[in-house]
Amino acid sequence: MAEHAVEGAVEEGAKLNIHPMAQFEITPLFGDGPIHWYTPTNVTLWLFIAIAAIVLLMVIATRGRNIVPGRGQSVAESIYSFVRSMIVDITGEEGLKYFPYIMTLFLLILFTNVLGLLPGSFTIMSHIAATGVLALLVFGAVTLIGFYKNGPKFLKIFWVSEAPMILRPILAVIEIISYFVRPVSHSIRLAGNMMAGHAVIKVFAGFAAVLAAGTPLGIGVIAPVGAIMAVLGLELLVVVIQAYVFTVLTCVYLNDALHPGH
Amino acid sequence: MENAITGDLAQMGAMIGAGLASIGMGGAAIGVGNVVSSFLSGALRNPAAAGGQTATMFIGIAFAEALGIFSFLIALLLMYAQ
Repeated sequence: MAEHAVEGAVEEGAKLNIHPMAQFEITPLFGDGPIHWYTPTNVTLWLFIAIAAIVLLMVIATRGRNIVPGRGQSVAESIYSFVRSMIVDITGEEGLKYFPYIMTLFLLILFTNVLGLLPGSFTIMSHIAATGVLALLVFGAVTLIGFYKNGPKFLKIFWVSEAPMILRPILAVIEIISYFVRPVSHSIRLAGNMMAGHAVIKVFAGFAAVLAAGTPLGIGVIAPVGAIMAVLGLELLVVVIQAYVFTVLTCVYLNDALHPGH
Repeated sequence: MENAITGDLAQMGAMIGAGLASIGMGGAAIGVGNVVSSFLSGALRNPAAAGGQTATMFIGIAFAEALGIFSFLIALLLMYAQ
């Protein structure tokens, strides 16, 4: 994407001043060379910052283990109890064995998403490569857990027992297809939401740049900047909800694997 | 008056396709409104049971919105990725 437009380059008239897709480029941190697997890029920088923030909140803030928690500790405890009650609600007590995995997913997506709202940052989850890997791992893990816990009886999730016998083969085909589409929709939901929100903000930023140059004293920027503020507020809500939805759907798929059958 | 169209035909086709793809987001908006409206009408009849189902509402919103996001993705891809 965005092979032909670089941010800040003005082209002949009809092109955009600030290209909305240029923010999703992966650029190396030091110098301009090619990107190998060992090159520090902006992805690695922001991933490091997200993990440092997670460690700061969950490990260092709770180090005191006070009975009456301070601010950091109570935030960490509320996140912990939120994820724990979500797992117990959806998968029951046996799902708590997978609590570390689901907590990792939730914390990673939440922190990288929220950090992506800062000006000048990079949203890791806007790349389908990142979310695709997460969704594929969830899919693979859930399928393996399903077969390990239930044996061949795991295939019962495709055989709808409430439907009349004639429809069951057709429904089985449809169920199998929708089972394999799960990682696709799981990953695209997160990646699309992240990319769409940030692209909209950049489009408004392009308008603001044009109006800043075009109107006297740059008075015209008030309208696009107001729109950017509104969209950023909406983005904060969307970002938290998308992290929650990814985790909830992981729990639902896990429940399907642990307790097959409708 | 001479022909004032500039730019290549492929670019024009991409832009028209992007405009057509963004019609799909209307369906997503209707779907999300459906989910929230049925949640509200149920919650106003039985407020005590409404608290436990807000999670289900959010999951329903995410599913309904995902398809609108797919169509927005197609529009963006058509506009900006040659």
